[in-house]
Amino acid sequence: MAKSANLEHPQTPAQLEEFYRQMVFIRRFEEKCNLAYRQGKAGGYLHVYIGMEATAIGWNAALKPGWDYVITAYRDHAQPLLMGADPVKVMAEIMGRQGGYSHGKGGSMHIYDIEHNFYGGWGIVGGHVAMGAGLAFAAKYREEDRVAVCYLGDGASNAGVFFETLNMASLWDLPVIFVIENNEFAMGTRLEYHASDTHLYKRGEPFGIKSERVDGMDLFTTLEDAKRIVDWVRTNQRPYLVEVMNYRFAGHGAADNDRQLYRTKEEEDENMKRDPLARLRKYLVDKKICSDEKLEAVEEEISDQVEKIYEAADASPFPDPHEVYDHVYSDMAPEAGH
Amino acid sequence: MATATLIETTFRDAIHKCIDEEMERNPDVFVLGEDIGRYEGTFKVTKGLWPKYGEKRVIDTPIVEPGFTGIAIGAAMTGLRPIVEMMTMSFSILALDQIINHAAKVHYMTGGQAKVPMVVRGPGGAAKQLSAQHSHSMEGWYAHCPGLKVVAPATVEDAYGMLKTAIWDDNPVIFTENPGLYTIKGTIPDDKDFSVPFGKAQILHEGTDISLVGYSRMTQVNLAVAEELSKEGISAEVVDVRSLLPLDTDTIFASVAKTHRAVVVYEDWRSGGFGAEIAQRISEDCFDDLDAPVLRVGGLNVPMPYARVLELECIPDVKDVLEKVRRIL
Ligand SMILES: Cc1ncc(C[n+]2csc(CCOP(=O)(O)OP(=O)(O)O)c2C)c(N)n1
Ligand SMILES: [Mg+2]
Repeated sequence: MAKSANLEHPQTPAQLEEFYRQMVFIRRFEEKCNLAYRQGKAGGYLHVYIGMEATAIGWNAALKPGWDYVITAYRDHAQPLLMGADPVKVMAEIMGRQGGYSHGKGGSMHIYDIEHNFYGGWGIVGGHVAMGAGLAFAAKYREEDRVAVCYLGDGASNAGVFFETLNMASLWDLPVIFVIENNEFAMGTRLEYHASDTHLYKRGEPFGIKSERVDGMDLFTTLEDAKRIVDWVRTNQRPYLVEVMNYRFAGHGAADNDRQLYRTKEEEDENMKRDPLARLRKYLVDKKICSDEKLEAVEEEISDQVEKIYEAADASPFPDPHEVYDHVYSDMAPEAGH
Repeated sequence: MATATLIETTFRDAIHKCIDEEMERNPDVFVLGEDIGRYEGTFKVTKGLWPKYGEKRVIDTPIVEPGFTGIAIGAAMTGLRPIVEMMTMSFSILALDQIINHAAKVHYMTGGQAKVPMVVRGPGGAAKQLSAQHSHSMEGWYAHCPGLKVVAPATVEDAYGMLKTAIWDDNPVIFTENPGLYTIKGTIPDDKDFSVPFGKAQILHEGTDISLVGYSRMTQVNLAVAEELSKEGISAEVVDVRSLLPLDTDTIFASVAKTHRAVVVYEDWRSGGFGAEIAQRISEDCFDDLDAPVLRVGGLNVPMPYARVLELECIPDVKDVLEKVRRIL
C-alpha cells in the first residue's frame, strides 16, 4: 500500500481520514445527545465518551468486524457506532423511542446491537465483567478464534467480581481482553481515593495474566497496542489486561454538574491538551494529508449527518403502553396489571 | 413537657439533620458509601458532613457494596454504629449476601453474644427513567428476612424520627428513602431526642368507607387518592404502614374493622411483593369484618423500562388505585 514519505505511522491517508471521520462522528453524536438531554429529549442517566474516543476507535480497528465480541458498561455509545450499529437506532434508544435497539426500554446506558456483536450496555458497575469473560468462554467452547474485548472503568476495577473473573479467565485460558479505561475518576471519586495501588494493570499479574499500561488518548499508539494485543490473544488463547490511560472531558453523566467538587479547571485544561480529536486534526494538517478546508468540509458534512440522525430518531414514536410486557420472556408474557 | 417548636424542612434535609445530630452526639456513629464525602452524595443527603467530620467518619468507599457493607457489619459487631449509604438501594442487591446471610443472622448465630447496630439506607424505588437496573424497590425483599428491621417512611417527620430510631437500634435496619420524596416539605420538632418508634403504623387521613394501606411514596399516592375520593363523597382512610418489619397489624386491622374494605398499595413488583403479605394478614384476621376481598395495587411485573410512557405504566399511581377502589366500593 502506498505510503507518503513524511508519515510517521503506517496508516494510509485514506485510513487516517476515515479515523478522523469516526472521531468527529462520535464527538458530534454525543454532543447532540447532551443537547437532547438538556432539552428534555433524553432522560435518566446519560454518560458520554467525549475525550476518550481514541480508545474505542483504536481497539475497534484491531477487531474482526462481525466476529469478535465487545461489551462495556453504561458509557456505551461509541462502541456500537463503530461496530456498524445504525446510529438512528442508537439515538432513538437514547430518546426512549420505539425505533431504538431496545424499543425505548433501555435508554442511553443500555445499548445493545447483538447482530454486530456488541453486547452492551450495563448499569451495574462491575456486573458485566464476568459476562465479558463469558463471551470469550463461548468462543473457546465453540473452538472459534474470536476474542472478546471487555471495557471497564477504573472504578469498576475494584469490584470483587472483576478479581473473580481474572482468576477464571486465566485458569481456563479465555481469549478475553480486559480494557480498564482509567480516566482517573469513578464518578466524583478520584483514583487515589478509591484504589490502594493506582497502577491498575498490576491487578492482572497475580493471576498470571499479561498486563500493561498504555496511553489511550493517542490514536496512533492505541492502534498499535490494540493490534499487537488482539493478535497475541487470538494466537495464544490467553486473557490479557490492559490499563488504558484516558480522561473524560464532560461530567460523569449529563446530570453531573459539579465537576469542581472533584477536579480543578486547571487540571481539565491540562488534559484538554491530550484531546485526541484536536491532535489527530493537527497531524492531518501538519503532514499535509488533508487540508484545513477539506477537514472543515468533513466536519460540516458530519454535523449535518448527525442532525439528520437526530431528526430521524425524533420522528420515531414513543412506545405503545402495551409494549411494556414485550420481551420479559422469550416465549410468554408476564402476568399483566397492577 | 412543653411541645417543641416545629422546623420546616424537606425529607432530604431531615435525614441529613438526623445523621448530623447523631454523629455529633455519638462518636461511634460514622457513615460510609460511594461519593458521599467529597462529592456530597448523589442525592446530596450527606452534603456538608465530610467537611465537618472529616474522612475518618465520612468515608468515600470504592464501588464495592459487598465489601464495604461487610466492613460495616464487622465494625458493628464490635459496637460501632455504621450508617451505610447505598447510592441506590438497587445496588444493595450486590450486598445481599452480607446483609441477609451475615448481618441478619449474627445475633442469632452467636446466641446473643454479638449485635449489629447498623443502618443501611439510601434511595429505593423508581426515580425518573433510570431504567431496569436502577429502579428496584427492595424493602419487601428485606422484610422477608428475620433478623432485619425494615422501615419505609413517607413523611418528613417520619424520615427524621425513624432514622433516629434506626441509628439507636442495636439490630441491622434497612431504611429506604423513595427518591420521589426527597423534596417534599414538612415539619419536624426542634428536638434532638425526638424519635418515631418502629412497629407503629399511623392514620394520615381518617375515613370510614375504605382503608388505603401503603408505605413510602405510595402513602403519598394514597393521600391523593383519598382527596380525589372525598370529592365524590367517599371517605377513605389512609394507613401509613411505615414500618414493614416489625409490622403493626393492630392499626391496620382496626382501620379495616371500621371501613370493611381495604386496598394495599406498593411500588415493588406486584407478584410476591410485601403488599401481598399485608393483604393476606388482613384476609386472615379481618375475615368477619370484610365486605369485599382485599385488593392489591403493585408495580407491573416487568423490569423497569426507560421510556417515560412505559415507566409511568409500571409505577402505581392515583388512577391505578382508584380503579381498584371502585371495584370494591
Ligand atoms: C454496583 C454499582 N454501584 C454504584 C453505581 C453508581 N455508579 C455508576 S457509574 C459509577 C462510577 C464508575 O466509575 P468507573 O468505573 O471509573 O467508570 P467511568 O464512569 O469513569 O467510565 C458509579 C459509582 C453503579 N452503577 N453500580
Ligand atoms: Mg473512571
